[in-house]
Amino acid sequence: MTTDRREFLAAAGKYLILTGAAAIAFDKVMAGVPSEAENYRSADHWWAFYVDIDKCIGCGNCVRACKTENNVVNEPYYFRTWVERYHITAENPLHPQVDSPNGGYDGFPERYAAGDGSKNFFVPKMCNHCADSPCEQVCPVGATFRSPDGVVLVDKKYCLGCRYCVQACPYGCRYIDPRTNTVDKCTLCYHRITKGQTTACAESCPTGARKLGDLKNPKDPIHDFLRQNKVQVLKPHMGTGPKLYYAGLDGSVR
Amino acid sequence: MRETLKDRAHLLRVAAVFGAGLVLFVIVRGLLVPEDFGKYGHYRAGALNDIRATAPSFAGREVCAECHTDEAGLLKKGKHAGLGCEACHGALAKHTEDQEKQKPAKLDARKLCLTCHTANVAKPKKFPQVDPAEHGEGAACTSCHVPHDPMGDAK
Repeated sequence: MTTDRREFLAAAGKYLILTGAAAIAFDKVMAGVPSEAENYRSADHWWAFYVDIDKCIGCGNCVRACKTENNVVNEPYYFRTWVERYHITAENPLHPQVDSPNGGYDGFPERYAAGDGSKNFFVPKMCNHCADSPCEQVCPVGATFRSPDGVVLVDKKYCLGCRYCVQACPYGCRYIDPRTNTVDKCTLCYHRITKGQTTACAESCPTGARKLGDLKNPKDPIHDFLRQNKVQVLKPHMGTGPKLYYAGLDGSVR
Repeated sequence: MRETLKDRAHLLRVAAVFGAGLVLFVIVRGLLVPEDFGKYGHYRAGALNDIRATAPSFAGREVCAECHTDEAGLLKKGKHAGLGCEACHGALAKHTEDQEKQKPAKLDARKLCLTCHTANVAKPKKFPQVDPAEHGEGAACTSCHVPHDPMGDAK
């Protein structure tokens, strides 16, 4: 049997391609699947957050704690969590005046007079960690995702900074980090809650107005909170399945 | 029949080019897409561990109470029972690792207390609030109040 040059090159090309494919397949087999984190099973948790409006004093401790814990850029003022002050007059109950000086980072200087018949309260805000999050759905590269335990997170290595998710979030919870030009948001202190700690904002809240809850843990106090209070979520008509529950929320809060 | 397929060699060449392209695509995709992509969903499962790798700055009140038992015990009996240590003392996870070198900062009691207790119409009515101009005459709050037991309930 004789082999001419043409046949030899064709056969050699075939083997070269097949060897490459086999090498990659072999690498995958040898590497195995990424190991699960120790002592934490994401399938055992379904994280949520709850806020008691009647306990919030607008001190800004949560805003400062969040920035410290998560190295959030301070100025220009971006926030993973912030506090809003609502001022609602009796004449115009559905159109509140809302302010949030520096997100509540420095507290709230008195602005409204006492005893004028108006309604005033604080509303802490953060990512709602939606079960059907629009931000996750619009991400073109799989950088924003919902973890198996119900936390909406960002893969900084994959984020292109396209800002689509910033527009998609109905709660305004996302911003572009000017240092990395990638999107940033509340992680529900994922690095803490997976170690058995609570979030930095809940840890530093002096009145217990904001707390982390695990809906899959039957002993978690969040179940009592949801049973015993009149609870509302923000923008339920958007169908995002938010898991940030508010007790005592006024209907004018958006 | 022979007439219609007389140029079939041409088709085979095109098919070979497509086949080679497909193999090349599979190889390049295998090299670029991490193996854990798609394990839980349309994302890289390793990102979960990347995010988890951050070290906490706040240690948590339980850790503080392991050493500072007196303060924690006093705090538990008074009006400030619900407060975490780091709500006032700041983030101190570093202090739990090295007690000698990482000392907590000294607190400005009046400024700190007034962060919460300055009167504001938006605060809940039942929350204790003072007008700093009228209450305490500018003195440090700690000259009358014990921060860990502000109203003396523990005595």
